[in-house]
Amino acid sequence: MSDAAQPLQVEGLTKRFGDFTAVDAVSFSVASGETLGLLGGNGAGKTTTISMLLGLLLPTAGTIRMLGEDMIAHRYRVLGRINFSSPYVAMPRRLTVGENLRIFARLYGMPDARQRLAELREQLDLDALWKRPTGRLSAGQQTRVSLAKALLNDPEVLLLDEPTASLDPDTADWLRTWLERWQRARGAAILLASHNMAEVERLCGRVLMMKAGKVVDQGPPAELIRRYGRDTLEEVFLDIARAKAEAA
Amino acid sequence: MSALGRPRVALHEGDDRGAGASLRRISAVVLRHAYILRGSWPRLFELMYWPLLQMVLWGFVTLYLLQISSVIASAAGILVTGVLLWEILFRGQLGFSISFLEEVWSRNLGNLAVSPLRPWEFLASLMVMSLVRTLLGVLPAALLAIWFYEASVFALGLPLVGFFVALIVMSWALGMGVCALILRVGLGAESIAWLVVFILAPVSAVYYPVSVLPEWLQQVSWCLPTAAVFEGMRAILLDGTFRPDLLLRAFLLDALYLAIGAGLFLYSYHVARRRGLLLQIGE
Repeated sequence: MSDAAQPLQVEGLTKRFGDFTAVDAVSFSVASGETLGLLGGNGAGKTTTISMLLGLLLPTAGTIRMLGEDMIAHRYRVLGRINFSSPYVAMPRRLTVGENLRIFARLYGMPDARQRLAELREQLDLDALWKRPTGRLSAGQQTRVSLAKALLNDPEVLLLDEPTASLDPDTADWLRTWLERWQRARGAAILLASHNMAEVERLCGRVLMMKAGKVVDQGPPAELIRRYGRDTLEEVFLDIARAKAEAA
Repeated sequence: MSALGRPRVALHEGDDRGAGASLRRISAVVLRHAYILRGSWPRLFELMYWPLLQMVLWGFVTLYLLQISSVIASAAGILVTGVLLWEILFRGQLGFSISFLEEVWSRNLGNLAVSPLRPWEFLASLMVMSLVRTLLGVLPAALLAIWFYEASVFALGLPLVGFFVALIVMSWALGMGVCALILRVGLGAESIAWLVVFILAPVSAVYYPVSVLPEWLQQVSWCLPTAAVFEGMRAILLDGTFRPDLLLRAFLLDALYLAIGAGLFLYSYHVARRRGLLLQIGE
């Protein structure tokens, strides 16, 4: 399939820290308009994989092609066209929401920043938060601001690491609905790392199950559930996690 | 049309490369720090406090020494000018390192590292902030010195511009070294940002000539641009002569230290990407 149809292609991605292999020869691709779920327990290698895709971490081996470019050699050719949201980073706490987003709009070179910010302000219901310091917002409000930052450049590839962690069910549901609508309109490729099985089941057309740095299974959620003879993706996840415990 | 149905957002000029795009990204980081300074009067106060205090103390020392020292009597502003030039080095380095630390403390480094901002653009923005913070700190002290003691650093004339450039460039080189260390070992090294300049103080010949130092230490001293600057300052204030050779020496050494500092920073940045430290450094 062409680079345009498969904006994210990963082949044999590996990361070793000394003797420890955090990610072991992982391969996958994400098509335009597709949401791929990255599922796994703590230490499965999800965040390490996303960090490599973003260029925050250099792989030990493997290739990453993002929007047709070699992400390891030429990451700056694509960084303006992708974006991410992660609980491991934050925006300056003392700056107001508006100030933070204005800065990132300038960093990403938005040609009509004011209009884009006004749109996001309305779409993500940020009006009441606009002049408040980012550090004084609740977890749910901060997630909305973080999402606004991630969508500022209308990315062609969006990487989301635990986007609904620490959100109440209502806010989490609102966020998922919003993401679904945005992706339908945008046709972006989304890679979603999450512990939340219901979320993955709802948003993702395909799932990679990771364990100890390896992809141990993959497929559409319904197919995985059927193959493991279970009722939910959570039960599939537990089967895989407990296989580890039994092997140990 | 709503954001959900809008067409793809194009980057400036269809690309994010070129001098214009670089300047825009540098200005974005500068704007971030300008917002911080604007919204925090304690930060602004702290910037001005120490240079003012230093200048007041050394001003009174000068007034006392004027009564007992013929050297001081011949160039009354020599101590106060030395203090103010030293503050350029200290405030410049601190301004660079603190601006970097602000990103680490706020866990914003990851956001910047995956934005189109290049590492050299990040360094350039830290240099701009260092310059801004230095001017905010040192200018009020320089003006107060004129008002209080009739001692003007501006009496150095045009060479003052050269001295300023030589000192601020050296402060950036030191700042890059500090940031490189923080990238490698984490926030445990942040106190180095406050200490590093003082290691240079004894051999920089701020208040005494290089010739006062032991022979072997003089060799060390002449390897620093600071010694050349302060010797040049004394040549103007005591002998009334401008020494272009000293300024040239300072600039050449600056170029060397700046190259070393930038190399250290970029290497540490690369190692941080290899080890996955960019996301962990603020924790």
